Amino acid sequence: MNTLVPRPLVCRNCGAAQDAAPVAICEHCLGPLDAAYDQARTLPSREVIASRPATLWRYREWLPFDGEPRLSLDTGFTPLVEAPTLADRLGVARVWIKNDAVSHPSLSFKDRVVATAINAAVAFKLDTFACASTGNLANAVAAQGARACLPTWVFIPHDLEAGKIVGTSVYGAHLVRVRGTYDDVNRLCAQVADRFAWGVANVNLRSYYGEGSKTVAFEIVEQLGWRLPTAVVAPMAGGSLVTKLRKGFAEFIAAGLVSGSVPRLFGAQAAGCAPIARLVERGGDAFTPEIPNTIARSIAIGNPADGVFAARAIRDTGGWAAAVSDPELVAGIRLLAETTGIFTETAGGVTVAAAVRLAESGHLGPDTELVLCITGNGLKTVEVLADALPQSPVIAPKLREVAALVEAVAAQELTAHSALSG
Amino acid sequence: MSITIHLPSVLARLADGNRVLEASGDTLGAAVLDVATRFPSLGERLRDQRGNPYPFVNYFLNDEDARFHGGFEASVRDGDEVTVVPSIAGG
Repeated sequence: MNTLVPRPLVCRNCGAAQDAAPVAICEHCLGPLDAAYDQARTLPSREVIASRPATLWRYREWLPFDGEPRLSLDTGFTPLVEAPTLADRLGVARVWIKNDAVSHPSLSFKDRVVATAINAAVAFKLDTFACASTGNLANAVAAQGARACLPTWVFIPHDLEAGKIVGTSVYGAHLVRVRGTYDDVNRLCAQVADRFAWGVANVNLRSYYGEGSKTVAFEIVEQLGWRLPTAVVAPMAGGSLVTKLRKGFAEFIAAGLVSGSVPRLFGAQAAGCAPIARLVERGGDAFTPEIPNTIARSIAIGNPADGVFAARAIRDTGGWAAAVSDPELVAGIRLLAETTGIFTETAGGVTVAAAVRLAESGHLGPDTELVLCITGNGLKTVEVLADALPQSPVIAPKLREVAALVEAVAAQELTAHSALSG
Repeated sequence: MSITIHLPSVLARLADGNRVLEASGDTLGAAVLDVATRFPSLGERLRDQRGNPYPFVNYFLNDEDARFHGGFEASVRDGDEVTVVPSIAGG
């Protein structure tokens, strides 16, 4: 097997080139570094891609390495599920759910970015794998680090949901809960990456980590039968996913694998932490940082590193952004579950609720063919539903008690139907 | 008046290898100007030609984002600590 070699880097801000390294900041202007690809490389056809294993590595020519990946070979190629009932509710032509709630191995979209980051960490011979996280990345780093036999250090805000904490500790990670918001954790990890010779997935490995996000766009195109949707709604935390969706769609168009335009990209945030959505609405080139106050903790980033780029991607593609309240996001979780059978966490609820808002405001219409990016699993944030769902009846094991319940439910439905038709 | 400024390694090399600098000034901007004057190459990375912070460079004043306190206009006092962090991570 040939060795995996990370690609060199180039500054997104000033264009300066740099050798491949576990560094994400341009030494000249401190701008973000991106992986640089060989423009003359041979790209595969649709048929060649389709013949490869159903993982994100089937798109390896667009991932930031030369050679064969060694780790996390099972990640990616999650289901794209059509949701006609939800399409009817939204008043759009068609809806598909890109269901990363069932991603391997840790049930969130973050498995994708960690799959590329951990291969970079090993290629650079870094002996410790780490991250700053709002929860899902913590799970992914701990899980993928464990099976790669790498020690992991995971830094999270102290008050994350129990599912996110257990779903990290179980893999044997060194889990550190930091008093403060994610932005405090983030700043600390920038200093950690600078001090220790670790591979911090979303800090010094960020140039390799972020490219994994593009595979969402690649999979959408292939799973739609090599065509493009007209609109995509995605949650925004640091803002990276929206920018990488744009890049991924553009790369497949440029490669001739699909024809058309990059879909209109729509960003979803919780109103209690919406610096990117507010930048989109307000216009301009700088966001105002916020102190998060929302139950959507997985996307509660008040100082989004890619916020300006995300807002630009949204505007350039003719999209828009929406910020939804906590009750709306809970309703969004329930709407997705009741119409598609998919149980998502708070970020997914934000995405669905934002789609409802965007449909109501006319940004999505009867001709829209829409993909919703559902990035995480609802079993990780069950707390938020505790007060939203009806209490279940407790009965004796007697048939007459079931009969009484069935009768009561039928009566309720009749009353509701009468109210609607009256 | 002495303010301590902590630099990341990518910037320390522009300050003769010092990761920690002492500075003076009544505001964050004045303290940054002080070190920018002493280390011109470093100064070019800390502030633009108009003396404003770059979008990719975050300043933390005693662990709080300086933008919540007026950015370069934020008042600083003897003993305050400023940490310079490139804006890189997320989510």
